[in-house]
Amino acid sequence: MVEELGSNTEGDLIINVGPQHPATHGVLHLVITLNGETIKKVEPHLGYIHRSIEKMCESLTYRQFIYVTSRMDYLSSHINNHACALIVEKGMQIEVPPRAQVIRVLMDELTRIASHELWWGAMAMDLGAFTPFFHAFREREAINEIMEETCGARLTMNYMVPGGVLEDLHPDFQRKVKEFITLYKRKIAEYDDMVTGNIIFQNRMKGVGVISAADAISYGCSGPTLRGCGVSCDIRKIYPYELYDKIEFDEVLETAGDSFARYMVRIREMNQSIRIIEQLIDNIPEGDVQAKTKAVLKLPKGEFYQRVETARGEFGIFIVSEGGTNPYRIKFRSPGFSNLSALDHMARGSKIGDLVAMMGTLDLVIPDIDR
Amino acid sequence: MFIVNYIKDVFTALKSLAIGLRRTLFYFTHHNEIITEQYPDNRATLRLADRFKGEVVMPHDANNEHRCTGCTACELACPNGTIKVVTKFDITPEGKKKKAIDKLVYHLELCTMCNLCITACPSDAIKMAQTFEHSVYDRSQFTKVLNNEGSKIMEGVE
Repeated sequence: MVEELGSNTEGDLIINVGPQHPATHGVLHLVITLNGETIKKVEPHLGYIHRSIEKMCESLTYRQFIYVTSRMDYLSSHINNHACALIVEKGMQIEVPPRAQVIRVLMDELTRIASHELWWGAMAMDLGAFTPFFHAFREREAINEIMEETCGARLTMNYMVPGGVLEDLHPDFQRKVKEFITLYKRKIAEYDDMVTGNIIFQNRMKGVGVISAADAISYGCSGPTLRGCGVSCDIRKIYPYELYDKIEFDEVLETAGDSFARYMVRIREMNQSIRIIEQLIDNIPEGDVQAKTKAVLKLPKGEFYQRVETARGEFGIFIVSEGGTNPYRIKFRSPGFSNLSALDHMARGSKIGDLVAMMGTLDLVIPDIDR
Repeated sequence: MFIVNYIKDVFTALKSLAIGLRRTLFYFTHHNEIITEQYPDNRATLRLADRFKGEVVMPHDANNEHRCTGCTACELACPNGTIKVVTKFDITPEGKKKKAIDKLVYHLELCTMCNLCITACPSDAIKMAQTFEHSVYDRSQFTKVLNNEGSKIMEGVE
């Protein structure tokens, strides 16, 4: 960095945003080269929250490594755990009981709504609107209470296990979820009133942080970031896992590719998640919640890959197994890392004030980027 | 035409701001919509969900007896080395040696509340407690011995 400063002859300004900055929502460090107010380059520096999770997983068994993935993308911890459970089931050919499958999908979608709600509040806060944050947390609290009752934790649930789910649903689960759906439908209009329709918000989002579909693909973006460019990439539709091929829901697409398109994708995705929950909540089949598995799980020798759609995009797990109780090598493909790498491309040429808005629409979770 | 559009834009902008402010005013006057928990003040009535994973405890009955056989299944299941089982050999009245736990050491500071030890336990000797106020002044206070002083295994648990 000092060298960069030394070779800088054009009078550019280099500033650091983070690692301790309220707008980065974590220990993200951005080195920004500015020409006046215009951004010339954004360079993310990672490593502040590196916990070497991939290496850690190599010394854990196939039952134990699931809890670590809750600590990566902590807002979609259920969905991360789901991917882990799926890859072990795929390797060992375990049949998951239908009740457990429905519970898993329900939990996934509740997590997605909770994650998008937190993103909505945090993003509005990035742009200077503080009230939406509290409104978003009110609805999120309802989901957290449901999670607490059934899974025993609010954020790092560790509820999915190879072969099913840890415990049966709490008796109050169905009633609480239905209450949440009514609450959500009553309150979602507020979201549009307060933020989506707001003229200041629209002016700051429309035409800002534009990325073309081709560029987004070449940077490896996924999830709402890529769907905002009009590219169909929902893993639930393309490579359906669990029950998603039997459920009716639409893949949300916007074509503009700017911050507002990414915002609208997430808002409309919440409605689709509600639609999925409504289809399943009255049709939970009776039966076991966990398949009978061996006490010691051993994946056969070979390579396995499983992808799922988290709230941020495609999450993938790659396992090389030597046939033992621990994975020989494990690799996580996290959506946040690829989405962050597109930030430089989006931000070049725009003003520094818009950088925070762009980061907000990427929905960055730092422990997910920096494992 | 430009002027007309300009004025139209100003009015739609003002309208959008008014719509947002209406929500603020609504909550300003509707106090029953507030869901804030007055946390330190409501401690007496605060009840967490029955399944909430706060810390691992070992229930004892009235005779100071627990159900732990010392099989170390929980120790093996734990991903972080949170639990350490220290065993000893008791002499039964018949003069035989019998394995029993001396101490079940639990490191709360390492625990991630993943519930794997509870599911691994074959004799339901440990369970999760609903406590959550874990702050202490010294790190050493996090290391706990779960079985009570002078406790022994329940009759009939193998």
